[in-house]
Amino acid sequence: MSTKKVTVRLKVNGKDYVRDVEPRYLLADFLRHELHLTGTHIGCEHGVCGACTVLINGKTGRSCLQFAAALDGAEITTVEGIAGDRPLHPVQEAFHEAHALQCGYCTPGFLMTTIEFLGQNPDPDRDEIRQALTNNMCRCTGYLNIIDAVEDAAKRLREGAREA
Amino acid sequence: MKPAAFDYHRPDSLEEACALLAEHGAEARVLAGGQSLVPLMNMRILSPAVLIDINRCRELSYLRREDGVIACGALTRQGEAETSDLVAAHLPLMAAAMPHVGVRANRNFGTVCGSLAHADPLAELPSVAAALEARFVIASSRGRREVDAGEFFVSALTNCIEPDEMLAEVRLPVAAANARSAFLEIANRAHGFAVAGVAALVEIDGEGRCTRARLSAMGAGDTTARLAPVEALIEGRRLDEGLIREAGAAATAAAEPAQDVHATADYRAHVIGTLVSRALRQMAGQPGGAA
Repeated sequence: MSTKKVTVRLKVNGKDYVRDVEPRYLLADFLRHELHLTGTHIGCEHGVCGACTVLINGKTGRSCLQFAAALDGAEITTVEGIAGDRPLHPVQEAFHEAHALQCGYCTPGFLMTTIEFLGQNPDPDRDEIRQALTNNMCRCTGYLNIIDAVEDAAKRLREGAREA
Repeated sequence: MKPAAFDYHRPDSLEEACALLAEHGAEARVLAGGQSLVPLMNMRILSPAVLIDINRCRELSYLRREDGVIACGALTRQGEAETSDLVAAHLPLMAAAMPHVGVRANRNFGTVCGSLAHADPLAELPSVAAALEARFVIASSRGRREVDAGEFFVSALTNCIEPDEMLAEVRLPVAAANARSAFLEIANRAHGFAVAGVAALVEIDGEGRCTRARLSAMGAGDTTARLAPVEALIEGRRLDEGLIREAGAAATAAAEPAQDVHATADYRAHVIGTLVSRALRQMAGQPGGAA
């Protein structure tokens, strides 16, 4: 069965894109195959593992559970867009310092989840961090280092906010 | 790209959505937040030929107080309910349950009505709606009808909505001044699939007697329903420790849980009894009311 393609306009990491895609094209596939932004990783493809998490209009969403067509007009931020002009985003720096990644497959999802979480809770305790990350899976099981990294990232962001 | 191909429609109003449903009927599915529907499509458990995306029907996105109820539209996100002052003030049971619904990335997009229509007996919101005695407003080109939870929830993942209809609104009665509520859930992993949960609401009079009890347990059976034997047991009586234990045993006896990878049926029934006792104990000790 072939279906009519639909025109999708998305602003991704500040840049406008227009593509004609099948309605069944998921946002994750749109980012990876149409825009070649392969930083967003695809794990389980049913919303459980968190690897494909991106920011959609500023809020975390599973890009495997969103049809690109349904997001026409939305603003998306992927891991490629978080650092801006800096070499790394403070959350990326903290993950780097704390050895919070091994194979790195889950890392983009953890970074996006952490950025939203620390925006809402700038000074979390370790239990709140565990709760916030509960549905991001790391199959290397490096969770303790990830929790350390999020604690450190919160500190870096608070200090950055004070200096600014 | 895992879902099977479908034709895509994006109506701007409820009226247009209903016209599309009238045209496509059983071939079509309504897409709101997609947090229940899209996993099923990705796994090809569902392959609808037509998808009707209601995300542009802005008229369906609201939470508002109307004579004795909070009305929640089909497009209201779970995250909006979680942070709503109206929900916090008038629906404490729902407010207590919201943080258990998926994770933030799900609640940012998933809708209250979508979770209700998905009718998973192990999900939080159906049990909350049953305990609150919510009314479900179902719309179609033929008109509107309203049903209660007993009629709405038919069996696991099955509701009473006809192929040309959709859930347009849920109406959640506001808590009475002397009402107390509790929501408790046990899962093997926080925010993972639940073993069981309990949504409970009681009203207590000046003598400390329970004048009204409404309880619904997640995982107690094939469909979301109230724990009628527990309600009958405690109404008209004081919530003392003996009665609280008896109510837990009655809940375990009444439960007919499913067995799955997360829990055996016997364990679920045991957990439901324990949670009912804990919920009643919590509510008995709560301030407020005249007790």
